[in-house]
Amino acid sequence: MSITSFFRSRRKDKQSAETARDRLQIVLAHERMSVNGDDFLPRLQREIMAVVVRYVDIDPSQAVVKLEKDGDLSTLEIEVTLPKADSLGVQRVAS
Amino acid sequence: MATVIVVTSGKGGVGKTTTSASFAAGLALSGAKTAVIDFDVGLRNLDLIMGCERRVVFDLINVIQGEAKLRQALIRDKRVENLYTLAASQTRDKDALTREGIGAVLEELAEEFEYVVCDSPAGIEKGALLALYYADHAVVVTNPEISSVRDSDRILGVLASRSRRAEQGDTPVKEHLLLTRYDPARVSTGEMLKVGDVEEILAIPLLGVIPESEVVLRCSNLGQPVILEEKSNAAQAYRDAVARFLGQEVEMKFLEQERKGLLRRWFRGAA
Ligand SMILES: Nc1ncnc2c1ncn2[C@@H]1O[C@H](COP(=O)(O)OP(=O)(O)O)[C@@H](O)[C@H]1O
Ligand SMILES: [Mg+2]
Repeated sequence: MSITSFFRSRRKDKQSAETARDRLQIVLAHERMSVNGDDFLPRLQREIMAVVVRYVDIDPSQAVVKLEKDGDLSTLEIEVTLPKADSLGVQRVAS
Repeated sequence: MATVIVVTSGKGGVGKTTTSASFAAGLALSGAKTAVIDFDVGLRNLDLIMGCERRVVFDLINVIQGEAKLRQALIRDKRVENLYTLAASQTRDKDALTREGIGAVLEELAEEFEYVVCDSPAGIEKGALLALYYADHAVVVTNPEISSVRDSDRILGVLASRSRRAEQGDTPVKEHLLLTRYDPARVSTGEMLKVGDVEEILAIPLLGVIPESEVVLRCSNLGQPVILEEKSNAAQAYRDAVARFLGQEVEMKFLEQERKGLLRRWFRGAA
């Protein structure tokens, strides 16, 4: 190993420690947020789905709730697959 | 039916999670659809080692309690095809883990997956017992150190008496010794137990020897399984261990101290 690659590998290690610090800050910020020790996502999903099925006839298992954490920004993404347009139409006639 | 592999040790901090991540990634790289599950409820770490901590929404306990579908909780790896992670709950109680619940999850996984790797928590309490209960294979992670060897012996006893295979009188769980954090330099000066000593004491087949390596810390900093590192002895040793598990014959490497020139020895640690 040459002297330069020695220093290069040192620098690489420092970078990886910085990555570790950043990852920890993000993950801990979110874990500390729910200090009451309750993960609210399953409940949130259930309650949202309860509202959605009142309006649309969907299969609740086709819903995806995602919490993306990125720095100090969190986005909650709710993806619900609606039935095909024609079955939606049939639905409307029936109800 | 999926093959269930528990990565266990009794002792904490010996390299179970590091091994689970690399082993699962290695199996997936061989083309087999593989899931790796963290059983360490309340102290999850596998998500960090796999680098998917920001994508955990649902976990094993959510699935067991019917709060999420399995496919919602499985996190698809961004680097390796066929590789999925199932995180442990950070907030729930261990009591939410049940034998029936885990059995149901494994059964559902078996429909799609070839291998399920279970990352066991330390100890021989509930979490560790549940992680090993359904196992077909056990990778017993051991350090060349006196208390680790004793704890491995203890866990071998538990495997032989408290696994489902033992309880039902099936063929026993297949045991594999994985010696990790091996330092040939310290072995050669007589400071560290030799691989042969550990093998002889535990008397189970040797699957591999993973050398002590600085790459492991860097990989955990980055959230990447060690096995994905191109030029690293530890990665090569993990690749070889997976190959042996899959039935290939590969000679053991890194058992002897690498010969280093004076300059290399000065800069030891930078490699
Ligand atoms: N081959 C190795 N070389 C150097 N450090 C290692 C090696 N294997 C594991 N480690 C380190 O040992 C510590 C414990 O590893 P971990 O996989 O979390 O163990 P466990 O899951 O058994 O508690 C970690 O800091 C990890 O980076
Ligand atoms: Mg662990």
